Amino acid sequence: MEIIDRRRNPHGKNLENRQRVLARARAAVARAARAAIDQGTLREVGHDQTVTIPADSLNEPSFHTVFTKGQRHIVFSGNKEFSTGDRLTRPPGGQGNGGAGEGGQGNGDGQDGFRFVLTRDEFLDLFFEDLELPDLVKSQIVATETMAPQRTGLSVDGSPSQIDMARSMRQSMARRIGLKRPKTPEIVAMEEEIALLEKSRDNPERLRALKDSLATALMRQRRIPWIDPVDLRYRRFTQVPKPSARAVMFCLMDVSGSMSEPMKDLAKRFFLLLHVFLERRYKHVDLVFIRHTETAEEVDENTFFTDPRTGGTVVSSALAEFLKIQKQRYPQDSWNIYVAQASDGDNSGSDTQKSTAMLENDILPVVQYFAYIEVGTMAVIRGDTDLWRGYSPVAQRDSKLAMSRVSDRRDIFSVFRQLFARKVAA
Amino acid sequence: MTENRLLYEGADWDFSIIQRSYDAIEKIACEELGLEVYPNRIEIITAEQMLDVYTAHGMPLTYRHWSYGKRFLQHESSYKRGYSSLAYEVVINSNPCISYLMEENTATMQALVIAHAAFGHNHFFRNNHLFRQWTEASAIIDYLEFARGYIATCEDQHGAAAVERVIDAAHALSRHGVHRHGGARPLNLKLDQKRERERREHDERMFDDLWRTVPGSKPKHTSDSATERRRRLGLPEENLLYFIEKVAPRLQSWQREIIRIVRLIAQYFYPQPQAKLMNEGCATWVHQRIMQRLHETGQINDAAFLEVLHSTSNVIYQPDFDRPGGGPGFNPYALGYAMMSDIERVCADPTEEDRRWFPDIAGNGDPIGTLRYAWANFRDESFVLQYLSPAVIRQFRMFRLLDDTSDSALVVDAIHDDAGYRAVRRSLAASYDPALHDADVQVVDVDLAGDRKLLLQHRTKPGELLSTRDAEATLRHIAFLWGYEVRLQEVDTATEAILSTHTANPPPA
Repeated sequence: MEIIDRRRNPHGKNLENRQRVLARARAAVARAARAAIDQGTLREVGHDQTVTIPADSLNEPSFHTVFTKGQRHIVFSGNKEFSTGDRLTRPPGGQGNGGAGEGGQGNGDGQDGFRFVLTRDEFLDLFFEDLELPDLVKSQIVATETMAPQRTGLSVDGSPSQIDMARSMRQSMARRIGLKRPKTPEIVAMEEEIALLEKSRDNPERLRALKDSLATALMRQRRIPWIDPVDLRYRRFTQVPKPSARAVMFCLMDVSGSMSEPMKDLAKRFFLLLHVFLERRYKHVDLVFIRHTETAEEVDENTFFTDPRTGGTVVSSALAEFLKIQKQRYPQDSWNIYVAQASDGDNSGSDTQKSTAMLENDILPVVQYFAYIEVGTMAVIRGDTDLWRGYSPVAQRDSKLAMSRVSDRRDIFSVFRQLFARKVAA
Repeated sequence: MTENRLLYEGADWDFSIIQRSYDAIEKIACEELGLEVYPNRIEIITAEQMLDVYTAHGMPLTYRHWSYGKRFLQHESSYKRGYSSLAYEVVINSNPCISYLMEENTATMQALVIAHAAFGHNHFFRNNHLFRQWTEASAIIDYLEFARGYIATCEDQHGAAAVERVIDAAHALSRHGVHRHGGARPLNLKLDQKRERERREHDERMFDDLWRTVPGSKPKHTSDSATERRRRLGLPEENLLYFIEKVAPRLQSWQREIIRIVRLIAQYFYPQPQAKLMNEGCATWVHQRIMQRLHETGQINDAAFLEVLHSTSNVIYQPDFDRPGGGPGFNPYALGYAMMSDIERVCADPTEEDRRWFPDIAGNGDPIGTLRYAWANFRDESFVLQYLSPAVIRQFRMFRLLDDTSDSALVVDAIHDDAGYRAVRRSLAASYDPALHDADVQVVDVDLAGDRKLLLQHRTKPGELLSTRDAEATLRHIAFLWGYEVRLQEVDTATEAILSTHTANPPPA
């Protein structure tokens, strides 16, 4: 008999098989994830996401028979009151393809009901496959100013708290050896011999010589210090810029009378997708909700989506509010700033020009990305809307602005994908 | 004195305790019970590794395929949610016989598991005629290693997707990949592998000949009668995988090799479900007996023995038909253990009834010899038919239902009384008969010189048809492997009437 301890063997033997399952179920996962997006609030989606996947794509078929008609016998255990000849009513649903035919084979695997839970990373990876934040890496390095100290070797000056003892003592020892500083035990030995000779008085020459060398040694020891300021070594830190791990997402929405509930619902879905998407890249994502009619105000999520307003539409008010909040709370150098604006495209006549100028001159320079979606069917009826006409030329000049139209719930994901689709390297 | 004899105390184990327990158990198993086992290898593993082992049907290694990932996810999610606990052990029919022990078992559980797996199952694997005929314990690990390597190489050469497609299709047919009737020859996977490859080369040469018969060249074989054609291909053939591997016209040789791997592994697993009741019954009876002897000889203390009793009684629980989990079909541990214990009782202390029912063995005074004989020479179906006694039928309070679809009610037509014993026993035995469960699907005709349409027949049992959705999906897999149209007829065995037809075409290339 031999005993083998396998506990330290490499684990995760089935990791690859697991990934193959996911690859196979990809379409189903995407569908399930979109269903999950339909419920839940922005902050919740993507956390502890339990996605269940129907087994269709994972079915393993084989030839097996089902009992359809005729006679069969089945043996059970645990008879309590039956006698031969008793007639029992059939249990509901127990006919034909019930457990009976399969159970005997021990192979009635419930393939149709196969479900499993994805980790959040797997969920997001599948969900946002092929999408990326535009120019993410570049703007992170350029635009972030957070500094973090990092060890970069040693220096000869610094604050006492940063003295590197081991290195300083090494320097000190090298110097003492190099300069031949007398060691304390040698001096003690000489002093003892002198004391001995003084007592016995039989070798005055030796005594004199010893006294001389003791004096020299003591002098050398005084002159060559144990620790000299030149020995000291300090740990050196350099400030290196660190990519900011924080992002803020501004949701701007027109809540004027022309925005109907279905339109707001569309906008909500879009915001939600963007939020989940950002959370995948940043440890910390702040949300700011700005709604506007003729005036703009910051509100909480619930109010943002549910509280109806009436009034006209002045888009620049929301943009101004965004700039105000951004300046106060989210300085460009330490935050990655994303803006999503949803609107039906309606704007009061003179304001569009102002909004467009504001967008191009003040907003686009500070944000990572500005996504504008136009919800509803207005464009179909009237052609391009005011805002669309205003924004289009800006979008052509500056790739930070992306815009798209969406009129149906089903399209929201494809529009999102289109806005964030991985750009072919130019 | 008694203190010195204890193998261990408390729940903690270490390797010296395992070694001591093993030695004590081996002594009882081999000297008192006369078990013959393969050399043992005991491996300690963690819970996660146990999940891995489950996934691979209890094999230490397999090739990569998504279906194993699926199984892993299923086990993992039910384990993590606490729906199921893991088995204490898994044992592999190999030589040396590998038993996996979970690290979190107590010392008592480790001893119990060693008795159960390393001696109970091991003896059964080594001696039962099914396993002796169908599996080659000393070759399986090497063969799996070869299979894993081969399939990985194919993935490198032909792409994972192409390989996966073939494995998917072969898995769908794995229950039809066994030579059921030729099983008497001992199976040596390694030699087999070499010989089959030579035979395949020969078959491919034969196949080249057929190629030249397509219209345009001299129509040499077109005069063959259909009978002659079938004879040449060895039809009808029920081993679908074998037939496809040898004859399918459009497969590449690596594809044939993969089919062959799936087929040989399927064959290795073929005996397991046929002897599950006996195998578990044997192992449970052996471990219970050994642990009892350890307790009697003072090698384990009362606390440990209570743990054994608790564990065994959990394992042999049989829920009644009206309780959750108590559907048709019996817990193999429960029924198996009950029958083994009953045989022991009949041999040692028979009643008048036992003498009437089992004149051969009643009171023969050699329970262990009788059990060893049964373990070696029966499978579940014949074992139940031979040894299920009225006492066990009463113990389980068995009854039989007649399910007649033309009747609105189910009829209790036999219970645990004198009039019913034989009927119950006959039906229960039949429920373990693989021939009555597996669909009898055969290749009946193919015209290699003509349109190459493959014709399959399902010889139905009364009232049973193939489940349509799965049958058509499986047929699509066959069509993919075959490369041409495939037709499946479901035929009434008595009247030869065609009850149903399915067809599938290969996917466009």
